[in-house]
Amino acid sequence: MQFGILINEGPYTHQASDSAFLFARTAIEKGHTVPRVFFYHDGVNNSNRLATPPQDDRNISARWSKLAAEHGVDLVVCVAAAQRRGITDDVLAPGFRISGLGQLVEMGIQYDRLVTFGD
Amino acid sequence: MSDMDEMDDGSGIVKKFMFLNRKAPHGTVYALEGLEVVLITAAFDQDVSMVFTDDGVYQLLKGIDTKGIEVKDFSKTYRALEGYDIEKLYVDQKSMDARGLTEEDLIVDVTVLSVDEMANLMAEQDVVISF
Repeated sequence: MQFGILINEGPYTHQASDSAFLFARTAIEKGHTVPRVFFYHDGVNNSNRLATPPQDDRNISARWSKLAAEHGVDLVVCVAAAQRRGITDDVLAPGFRISGLGQLVEMGIQYDRLVTFGD
Repeated sequence: MSDMDEMDDGSGIVKKFMFLNRKAPHGTVYALEGLEVVLITAAFDQDVSMVFTDDGVYQLLKGIDTKGIEVKDFSKTYRALEGYDIEKLYVDQKSMDARGLTEEDLIVDVTVLSVDEMANLMAEQDVVISF
């Protein structure tokens, strides 16, 4: 099954982005595909490569980058939400790209399921 | 609102998209940014429904004035939805009752649904996005 994932909360403060990551990784392990993840609202902050959490904590943007590199997941950050929050191409971790809300709508149209992670 | 030109993902598929608005219009950004997704989805010629439930019913309240909190008042956008062919607006009866609201208090025409009717409507959807 093809899963699209929508993430509406930022890293570390809310569990939503952790849950989304674990869902995506597990879905892929189980033989499903996650062609794209869309980051909206404060979720855009998950893409910031400048975040440097303590070494004994998970690095949220880095593990998304790794998942993208290993499984070809398209990590899309909403341009309007990103601009409001100072997320630009300069701070994007590898594998993330900035694009429009149309990319979110496309997931709903084309994939079998669209799963939202938020509050 | 931007990017409002007609869009097409090339597939010609039309799905039923429901947007579930659960939060008050101000206090968080969800209502404002959620509305942007609704408009883009309509631009993709999809079958769009909007549901207002819990504090989301406050999004449609008449007489909203945001001067005191110095944020954009986007409540007029709800009146413009018709222009984007978004005409399926539903509110949850129980949420309205709990807040002492009636249809007279709202800036747009809506259909008021019971919990059971709402559940049936949700079951018909292909995609449900909650903000």
